[in-house]
Amino acid sequence: MRNALLLASCLLAAAACRREQREIVHSPAASHASGGIVRLSELQPGQPTPEVEVRNASEEKAYDINEGKRLFAAYNCSGCHSHGGGGIGPALMDNYWVYGSHPENIHDTIVEGRPNGMPSFGGKIPDYQIWEIVAYVRSLSGLVNPTVAPSRDDHMQVKVAEQSKKEESTEEKKKP
Amino acid sequence: MRTWVACSLVLMTAFAGCNRANSTRPKQLPYIQRYTSSPATSLASVLADDGQWVMAPKDYANTRFSSLDQINTKNVGNLQAAWTFSTGILRGHEAAPLIVNNTMYIVGPFPNPVFALDLTRPGGPLKWQYKPAVISGAKGVACCDWVNRGAAFGDGKIVFNTLDNQTIALDANTGAEVWKTTLGDINQGETITMAPLIVKDKVLVGNAGGEFGVRGWLQALDLKTGKPVWKAFHTGPDTDCLIGPDFKPFYPLDAGKDLGVKTWSPESWRQGGGTMWGWISYDPQLNLIYYGTGNPGPWNPELRPGDNKWTATLFARDVDTGAAKWAYQFQPHDNFDYDAVNESTLLDLHLPGGQLRKVLVRAERNGYMYMIDRANGQVLSADPYAFITSTKGIDLKTGRPIENPDKQPKSGKVIREICPAVPGAKDWQPSAYSPRTGLLYVPSENLCMDFEGLEANYIAGTPYLGANIRYYAGPGGNRGELLAWDVVHRKKVWGVKERFPTYSGAVATAGDLVFYGTMDGWFKALDARSGDTLWKFKTDSGIISQPVTWRGPDGKQYVAVLTGVGGWPGAIVSGDLDPRDAGAGDGFVSAMSDLPKFTEKGSTLYVFALP
Repeated sequence: MRNALLLASCLLAAAACRREQREIVHSPAASHASGGIVRLSELQPGQPTPEVEVRNASEEKAYDINEGKRLFAAYNCSGCHSHGGGGIGPALMDNYWVYGSHPENIHDTIVEGRPNGMPSFGGKIPDYQIWEIVAYVRSLSGLVNPTVAPSRDDHMQVKVAEQSKKEESTEEKKKP
Repeated sequence: MRTWVACSLVLMTAFAGCNRANSTRPKQLPYIQRYTSSPATSLASVLADDGQWVMAPKDYANTRFSSLDQINTKNVGNLQAAWTFSTGILRGHEAAPLIVNNTMYIVGPFPNPVFALDLTRPGGPLKWQYKPAVISGAKGVACCDWVNRGAAFGDGKIVFNTLDNQTIALDANTGAEVWKTTLGDINQGETITMAPLIVKDKVLVGNAGGEFGVRGWLQALDLKTGKPVWKAFHTGPDTDCLIGPDFKPFYPLDAGKDLGVKTWSPESWRQGGGTMWGWISYDPQLNLIYYGTGNPGPWNPELRPGDNKWTATLFARDVDTGAAKWAYQFQPHDNFDYDAVNESTLLDLHLPGGQLRKVLVRAERNGYMYMIDRANGQVLSADPYAFITSTKGIDLKTGRPIENPDKQPKSGKVIREICPAVPGAKDWQPSAYSPRTGLLYVPSENLCMDFEGLEANYIAGTPYLGANIRYYAGPGGNRGELLAWDVVHRKKVWGVKERFPTYSGAVATAGDLVFYGTMDGWFKALDARSGDTLWKFKTDSGIISQPVTWRGPDGKQYVAVLTGVGGWPGAIVSGDLDPRDAGAGDGFVSAMSDLPKFTEKGSTLYVFALP
């Protein structure tokens, strides 16, 4: 029992540590180097092959998600997606994902652009910032751990804080 | 042998000719008289027939008044749906159908297909359709849904604009492309949503993108070839703005050299806005066109000190050269995104105690009804027609609005209860004027807002706003009203309150009726004198378009309107926005969170007639 408690507090400390982590030199937060195929469709012919999950390290760091929030405004993402409710672009705070909700899907959407009006930011902003924005975008619909998501901000309150956003569905929708 | 072959060839050709003549002519209904001569091609000749609807604003004066009176106050209760047509695009439909030579022309929202419907046959079957080649990325720089406000007719052509900045001319009879010209760049944030206006041998087109830091312009294209003839920018040096020796503004406020540069901080006029996506009027006697320019960019006014000319400005220009005759800036240093693109209705009025005056009347976004001498630009009156806190009146001596210091937007501070909100007391949706009643029928909005200025970064092709905003209903709780304004006596006579912003155009007829639609899907006919609702019909979707009326080849009067909710206020439905973010849709969603309970998306043309 005592050992278990010790182990639990160790794990908690480790997690908390990652929450507060800031990288000065940015190692690639995540990449497609793992060899997996990023699928935009749930349909695949023949036997299903396992998907390779891409881990976005920024999603575990409060600083990175807050940076993502700052960059989301600075790069004018908010001009089209507002504070997650959408406008010119689709809402990002609901559970409907046109081009996939996984970190690698959102990353590719930002890099490549999408034919319904999403501009291609590939080559325009550093990749580590894109992963920070990916982490923030997922926080809008409650897909990141609330302990690292941004809290109430200092501006006019137009929606609940990201850390209070509940995930709406465990079944993430991927629609082409 | 040779003779035999030749003979049989002649015979075969003759038979083929016979066959063609016999089989391809459509069966005619007895009551329909087809034009035996070729249809009129010039705009002047079709304009002379008031039974048609040959330009979106109905006439150059922008009255949207039809002299047809077959449908009138006595029989409108019997009005029925005659037939319908779907454009197949579930986005906001803002266009006015055109009716020229017994054909109806409809431009859909992006990807902007054009449909020609044959009105001589039952049910208006498709005569031709044209699908332009368009860049789908344009959807990403369209501030307010993928709308289009209609086409124009002239010289036997249908001319229209696409969201991705093309102006295209089609043969009105066949739909064959005659010319197309690309006028803007989506990577600069430009789009085109307005209905072009054809005057003489010119097509007038302006750009949109005031929320993207574009540089606004209006240009004239040659109707024959599509080649640009003149282009007037709305920011920058006088030479770019076609401001020269003929320019005589009424107020000192608008006089001076290169004000389009000097009233900005250095170089910021290059991203200054001042677009032109609304209405143009034309006075053939004075040979002047009248139109207003859009908001300055970015929205946060603290980021652009100065008067920001020539944004939110009314221009009078010589239509042949584009040379500015006079200008009047409604909002120097516009604080609230009050675009000045609304229609100017040209009227010759006997004002109390005076002689006949050539004026233009405008229900401005800032909440004031302006009456302006259209020869020299003098503001004769500016009366509030809506609830206003943003300003305390218009100083007629200087032409400047009297600012309300309590409502000036500031960076990092929330200023509350600014009325009207950004979309104004009336947006682009055009009014109608009836010479029989002397009333202007104004589809208006009753919205206020909270505004917080933010930092704005200019990145070409992305929004350039710098504001956190949310809108809500103004006093009374109704978000819209169709109001009747007595233009001579300068007062509101009556109003019909609506739950949602009244975002469709209006039409007035000699049957003393006013037609308009609501965002919850009702198409209504009011008594033009009393404002009583005499007839209404529930359509499939909210209405934000422009109704029209015409006399069919069977001699009957018809009324038509496109449904399909969307546009800026309806984007919550057409774009599936999430109302849990009150700032969504540039703040409009907070005022429209209940709209999805009243309407779904739509794309239908409804045609109504008496039984």
